[in-house]
Amino acid sequence: MLNSGRTYLGVPVSRPKVGFFDFSSCEGCQLQMVNNESTLLDFLALVQIVNFREAMTGESDDYDIAFVEGSITRPDEVDRLQAIRSRAKVLVALGSCACFGGVNQLKNRFRDLPWVKETVYGGAAVETDVVRPLHDVVTVDLMIYGCPVRKEEVEKVVTNIAIGKEIAYPKYPVCMECKANENICLFDLGEACLGPVTRAGCGAWCPGSRAGCWGCRGPADDPNMEQMKRLMQERGISEEMILDRLECFGGFCEFSDALRAEMSKENP
Amino acid sequence: MLFKVIAKEELKRLFELLASSHTVVGPVKTGRDRTGLPLYAFDEVERFEDLSLDYAMTKIPAKRFFLPYREDMAVFEMRKDDWNKKVDYNMDRPRIFFGMHPCDINALNRLDKVLMGETYPMPYYIAKRQNTVIIGIDCTPRPYCFCRSMAADTALHGFDMFLTDIGERYFAEILSDTAFNFLRLIKTAEPAGEDHVLYKKAAAARNERFVTQVDTTDLMKILDMEFQSDVWKQWGDKCLSCGTCSNVCPTCYCYSVEATVDLKLTTARKTKMLYSCNLIDFAEVAGAHNFRPERHIRLKYRYYHKHRGFVEAYEESLCVGCGRCGESCLAGITVPEVIASVRSTL
Repeated sequence: MLNSGRTYLGVPVSRPKVGFFDFSSCEGCQLQMVNNESTLLDFLALVQIVNFREAMTGESDDYDIAFVEGSITRPDEVDRLQAIRSRAKVLVALGSCACFGGVNQLKNRFRDLPWVKETVYGGAAVETDVVRPLHDVVTVDLMIYGCPVRKEEVEKVVTNIAIGKEIAYPKYPVCMECKANENICLFDLGEACLGPVTRAGCGAWCPGSRAGCWGCRGPADDPNMEQMKRLMQERGISEEMILDRLECFGGFCEFSDALRAEMSKENP
Repeated sequence: MLFKVIAKEELKRLFELLASSHTVVGPVKTGRDRTGLPLYAFDEVERFEDLSLDYAMTKIPAKRFFLPYREDMAVFEMRKDDWNKKVDYNMDRPRIFFGMHPCDINALNRLDKVLMGETYPMPYYIAKRQNTVIIGIDCTPRPYCFCRSMAADTALHGFDMFLTDIGERYFAEILSDTAFNFLRLIKTAEPAGEDHVLYKKAAAARNERFVTQVDTTDLMKILDMEFQSDVWKQWGDKCLSCGTCSNVCPTCYCYSVEATVDLKLTTARKTKMLYSCNLIDFAEVAGAHNFRPERHIRLKYRYYHKHRGFVEAYEESLCVGCGRCGESCLAGITVPEVIASVRSTL
């Protein structure tokens, strides 16, 4: 659908119909979208939002792009996600839960899932299973990382879709942005940080507030996990603490699972 | 060469006179590390008391005042059937740099060769370099400084005035009429024989503090011989490819360019961002072919640029031996150790 009268370099641009959807999550990524009032009207001029439970009353099944937040934990969520996939031309995983399972997937780390359910929900009849990221269930076209996502990044993605420009994320780790912001390195302050292996693009949000990175955006391209582990150990940070961080958002599960297996081999 | 001696309280007066009408940048204390040592950075300074002229070394070099980490090269305003390009060198008024060590001055001198050279002059850099007055200051070498090995322990040019602390006074070396005119604002004196003695004593005391050395004898040839050496692989296994070495390096100038369009679709920007040859996609080209997908190859080329290619082109290394990269590297990769390992006959 064309954006009435709007052009980019003289060429008419499309105004895609967009839906925002949520599964198991805190819905904070969607909240980011309505948070930045200064650019909200420009954003709305670029896309036509037809489905956004958190921000509007109406809903429609006619959309081009589906932004999907949250992880999948229940059978009915699988059905709903598949329905969204069948309607959307482009399905975008929005935030760490959708991309990696997010904080929710910490549940999967317990060996006894019935015990977890019993402890959290008591006798209430809540149907909940192993937490899965969206790409475990349907084809995901694009991932927007972060817990929460940065609105600027979502805006950039949407702008690029509208004008047909390539969408690319940094392949390098957070350290690159952290140094450019002239932050004091958290290791200099004696703290732990996953900045050297986590994908940049957040603008070193947490280290800039003197909080070490927990890897919410998942691994950078070809991260040196062996050296990451070694440098943490050299600084007296225990393997359990390293695992705490690697497991928190699920993006590093390949590495954290391997590390846990290695640890249990050493201390059975 | 023109010398003066300046009483310490007169330097304070000079700072205050300059700061009242100029943007002054200098070393400031930003905190303490986990061992209690102070951390320093270059920043805008308004009060003389905030200036730490006896600073050890800033974590981040003075580079960002000449080559910002991110900088718009052009802004495009797009109208219906037309567009307009605006170029700004992003230097709206002159700046005074108050207290730069010799290694950092030499770093700028070496950058000048590339960025102010005849082949590809970079106006964004030139605008900042030519509109910055530099007041240098002597340093106390730290254990990891190896600037002497890189012939960067003394600055011979590239500054306006250079101060050496000789106890009660500063011994000032004046290189520009700007600095000469600044000194007319305060009381100075001609150096006497005893000032020369004090200066020579200070220089000798400083010389004794250099402990780290890098043997650069035949280094170009040795690097050529050891291009396939296994040591590169060993260092590459440690490298995090995080780009920190380049970001803290006073002479790394490589950059990437990104074009972005704003949400309104009426403004576009071409933004330059300092990059690092250690980043995974540094040598990635169209079609996603990567000429240097391996960490150790990328790390090796950083050393070949600093210690081989630049030497061949300009007869000095691009490394000034400030030691920042080794100090900031979380994997503990340091220039003296890497070069020693390449030179090793074992």
